[in-house]
Amino acid sequence: MDYFLQQLINGVTLGSIYGLIAIGYTMVYGIIGMINFAHGDIFMVGSFIALILIVALGITAATPVLLLILALALVLVVAMALTAVWGWTVERIAYRPLRGSFRLAPLITAIGASIALQNFVQVSQGAKNKPLQPLFSGGFQLTDGGADGSGIVVNLSYIQILIVVTTVILMGSFTYLINNTNLGRSQRACEQDRKMASLLGVNVDRTISLTFVMGASLASVAGLMFLLYYGVIDFYIGFLAGVKAFTAAVLGGIGSLPGAMLGGLLIGLIETFWSGYFSVEYKDVAAFSILAIVLIFMPEGLLGQPEVEKV
Amino acid sequence: MNTWDNNPVLKVEHLTMRFGGLTAINDLSFNVGRGDITALIGPNGAGKTTVFNCITGFYKPTEGRLVMNRSSDEKHLLERMSDFKITADAKVARTFQNIRLFGGMTILENLMVAQHNRLMIASNWTIGGLLGLGGYRKSNLDAIETARYWLERIELIDRADAPAADLSYGDQRRLEIARAMCTGPELLCLDEPAAGLNPKESLELNNLLQYIRKEHDTSVVLIEHDMSVVMEISDHVVVLDYGVKISDGTPEFVKNDPHVIAAYLGVEDGEVELVEEEVGL
Repeated sequence: MDYFLQQLINGVTLGSIYGLIAIGYTMVYGIIGMINFAHGDIFMVGSFIALILIVALGITAATPVLLLILALALVLVVAMALTAVWGWTVERIAYRPLRGSFRLAPLITAIGASIALQNFVQVSQGAKNKPLQPLFSGGFQLTDGGADGSGIVVNLSYIQILIVVTTVILMGSFTYLINNTNLGRSQRACEQDRKMASLLGVNVDRTISLTFVMGASLASVAGLMFLLYYGVIDFYIGFLAGVKAFTAAVLGGIGSLPGAMLGGLLIGLIETFWSGYFSVEYKDVAAFSILAIVLIFMPEGLLGQPEVEKV
Repeated sequence: MNTWDNNPVLKVEHLTMRFGGLTAINDLSFNVGRGDITALIGPNGAGKTTVFNCITGFYKPTEGRLVMNRSSDEKHLLERMSDFKITADAKVARTFQNIRLFGGMTILENLMVAQHNRLMIASNWTIGGLLGLGGYRKSNLDAIETARYWLERIELIDRADAPAADLSYGDQRRLEIARAMCTGPELLCLDEPAAGLNPKESLELNNLLQYIRKEHDTSVVLIEHDMSVVMEISDHVVVLDYGVKISDGTPEFVKNDPHVIAAYLGVEDGEVELVEEEVGL
């Protein structure tokens, strides 16, 4: 039971990171009906920007807690802004010029943008792993392993709490933004009928750009969380994390915001439980198999809307 | 000199639209009078919808100009503007033959999207809105007020929060017009607004159009096949056939124009020469 609890905590933490990235996939898919293959690399760029800022500000575990939190908040804001610029650039260079051309063309430029970002980071930052000393240590000990020491010590670390809380706050405010603000309303309008939205005076190009920007800034939050949690990044982390988050978005129902969160959580849980109870080597196989099984029975994903044939 | 030539809201000048070898509209000129309801009629395939597509920026005309004269004396050349600016700056709104509501959004939201630009500026591009600045709250209330005004007009105020897709066909048609009106247009282009309506709904539509013309500073151009609607509500009728204007005048004049009768009804074989003589071919 203790072991289960520990895996649950780990799974929710991992799932939060996947969920944050998955939102970017699902939003872009919703609005332009295409997968942004460069999104995983935007996440990677976000985590590199965060690492550079942390090193530049000289944040270490020795920094007083209050200052540490303030500094990390600053890192978060700057990383979100800079990554947002990257997201905007990708949209401007790889997507907008090809809007209205055949469907595969932007897919190919997105893959190109993904490779370009990877190589840019590889060349400018080096191919080696970049480590970061843990900034937060300690946490709550939920069980002490029993008097005879036969049980397992269940840890809920501060960093895990930070990740889950940040994710919940961001997802909450994002859902509010999409459902209740003028910007979110125009995004949903563009999602349903881009041409009509533009006839009502909505600047569709700008709305699409903002969607990329919002997705990218969430990915950079995920990048910072990933960096703090694992403490090591390299130029290639975007690929696997991107594929997993994409899977999460499809599992939850692509185009659906709550679906992306749910899918991220599920993929995170499946992965950790599979590695905890069966084998670490096959955790990705397990995650993708479950995706395949779900899609056979629910082709729209868990929370997706069946696509209505347009007349 | 007809009234619509004095101070037209829209001047279509020598409009030509070619698709490869096909000339859909050939050297078409006409004026849309300010405050008039102008009907654009003609047999199927005459190029009516193509004219609308040129006006609203879906197509770039091959030749010709489209001059929009705002009531503020601003002039806009529509053929040079991108589509969202035609609505936002030149104040031209449009509906389609098929219904294009945002079905997944509520009726109220449909009308709010149409007021997007005003709200976007008032909310400092969302940031001020999120911070809860007063200016945004006020314009948001104004926008809701405008939406409520139109919902009362089309008698859907009780269902404001229902999904737009749940409405009956006739209600959806009128909601589309209300949505177009929420953009604050000076020229409203309606593509077959009465298509598929039953007589009662058709009557309600007529009343709505009359109301818009009377109470708002909006001129209306409509494409319509239902001649009873055209003859009853329009001030000015332009008839197209094969992309060429064949008649232009008051409903009374057009109804008796032999060109129009020939285009719509065809003539007996024996009368061809007679008509051709009259038409001047």
